[in-house]
Amino acid sequence: MYVAVKGGERAIENAHAWLAEERRGDTGVAELSLVQIREQLSLAVNRVMAEGSLYDPDLAALAIKQARGDLIEAIFLVRAYRTTLPRFGSSRPVETREMACDRRISATFKDAPGGQVLGPTFDYTHRLLDFKLAAEGDVPEVPAADPRMQTTPHITSFLQGEDIIEREPFSDDVPGDLTREPMVFPASRAVRLQSLTRGDEGFILGMAYSTQRGYARNHAFVGELRIGTVPVEMEIPELGFCIEIGEVELTECETVNQFKGSKTVPPQFTRGYGLVFGQSERKSIAMALVDRALRWEELGEDNLGAPAQDEEFVLSHSDNIQATGFLEHIKLPHYVDFQSELELVRKLRREAAELAETLASREAAE
Amino acid sequence: MSDYNFAYLDEQTKRMIRRSILKGLAVPGYQVPFASREMPMPYGWGTGGVQVSAATLTPDDTLKVIDQGADDTTNAVSIRKFFEKTAGVDTTEETAEASVIQTRHRIPEAELTEDQILVYQVPIPEPLRFLEPRETETRKMHALEEYGLMHVKLYEDISQHGAIATAYAYPVKVEGRYVMDPSPIPKFDNPKMEMAAIQLFGAGREQRIYALPPYTQVVSLDFEDYPFEASKADHPCDLCGAEDSYLDEVILDDAGSRMFVCSDTDYCRSRCEAGHSGRLGEEAA
Repeated sequence: MYVAVKGGERAIENAHAWLAEERRGDTGVAELSLVQIREQLSLAVNRVMAEGSLYDPDLAALAIKQARGDLIEAIFLVRAYRTTLPRFGSSRPVETREMACDRRISATFKDAPGGQVLGPTFDYTHRLLDFKLAAEGDVPEVPAADPRMQTTPHITSFLQGEDIIEREPFSDDVPGDLTREPMVFPASRAVRLQSLTRGDEGFILGMAYSTQRGYARNHAFVGELRIGTVPVEMEIPELGFCIEIGEVELTECETVNQFKGSKTVPPQFTRGYGLVFGQSERKSIAMALVDRALRWEELGEDNLGAPAQDEEFVLSHSDNIQATGFLEHIKLPHYVDFQSELELVRKLRREAAELAETLASREAAE
Repeated sequence: MSDYNFAYLDEQTKRMIRRSILKGLAVPGYQVPFASREMPMPYGWGTGGVQVSAATLTPDDTLKVIDQGADDTTNAVSIRKFFEKTAGVDTTEETAEASVIQTRHRIPEAELTEDQILVYQVPIPEPLRFLEPRETETRKMHALEEYGLMHVKLYEDISQHGAIATAYAYPVKVEGRYVMDPSPIPKFDNPKMEMAAIQLFGAGREQRIYALPPYTQVVSLDFEDYPFEASKADHPCDLCGAEDSYLDEVILDDAGSRMFVCSDTDYCRSRCEAGHSGRLGEEAA
């Protein structure tokens, strides 16, 4: 009989229990530890930290475990947790020039101070499944070198001398915070970059790719890509000076883009910028391309109507937690609305049939 | 992370939300941007309503949560449990007992009083969104009271279908000023929006709050020769016999036989308890 909507509470409890069982999988197989996830699935951990906007590898590992490896679900767990954290203050801006680089490459200069450092990259691996890895996880001996002690200047700083690349404006303004103020359009570049860095990697990648294929094409050279750790400093009011409170791993990408110049500016190179938590190379390059595409107005370029140039379009749809929530909510009950549609369509069909009948009988009479 | 603040959100956040609610009440029908937080349920599950409820609840309140008019649909159960856990407030299924009612897609059948607050979950707060996708444009249109596009849409419906082809989330005009989305309630519920209770609307993902103070004029958009009509299935409830309530259609068997039951489960139950009965009332009980 009529039981369709009853028993919601019991159904939920049972679903949760089943989910927990599925998450664990075969209990005859050893359980994953958070340390294993943190150490051996570190790129997944990095993505969860970047899009979850919370730098905490242990929490990210927990979220990945709880989410059964669904990274968007894990990002969601981290974001929801982040909401509950109190804010003590903000750090000083990090200085990426001071980065202890694990990887640093430039596609624009063969060599430059600081050198080209490949680091732990997939770039020149042959993508052949390594069946040995299925059996054993032994790592070969890795040669070590002394770390470079000097700072590694940014590649773009060498171009700046000739003014052949645009200068980034300096400002001591406090940037907006999209987690504390509602997004308004047009957004400042700082807010745009915040939105891009926590945006969905797949979405940002797709947007960036579209610019390469001609939708607002602006050829980008990777001026520099660097990955490494930077110290985070915070000014403690009680002390009156800055102290280092920790360090974070970041990936930074600066692109060098063509610019033909405008009425007021002679031809020079322009920049796109990407900065992402962890080792997140693909994301930071994509971010830099999209950042550059969004700057068309400020640089006096034409609006070509390309999706990647459309700030409102890009920023409104880049957040995967918003997107997945709204997308998946259509599986929630909608029977009240569907009922009202049913009645409307029935009524319209009835009226259409009546009209057809009237016309037919009129024709027959003629 | 064992102890959460009362009703989950911290006091600063609640204060920010309350300011938005007050602004919304001061400018009925105007969508107030607010810095929506990430909640522990997904966007689309009622994060806006939950944040508004969290900012509205006091420890003395009694909360009712409905989805599709029913207290026992899964998401209503889940949200009610959330507040039982994080706020420890009393909950109820009886409309008259509740001081705060959070709803998705329905307005209760029983008339609400001045002592009650109705909180709606809103997916897309912008009534003009499907006519103009850009927020920058729609905000201008509201500012300039430029609602011609909406009337043209309703007119096109009539010219194509012979009727206004909107069955739910039917747009309304508030106090002769703002065109407002009533959230996806069936248009049957629209006339109830002129009520004694405070109505608050929360859209979490879209970061908007809007409100209707008690007894605010709320007019469903229409034309003189095509007046608004609040429609429902042309049946009485098969359980309680009510002729005046909004009905869900339930498919009973392979032969496609159907029954119609009140979508408002509390209304139906209280009528059954009072001795009313419909076509299948006995059998179902």
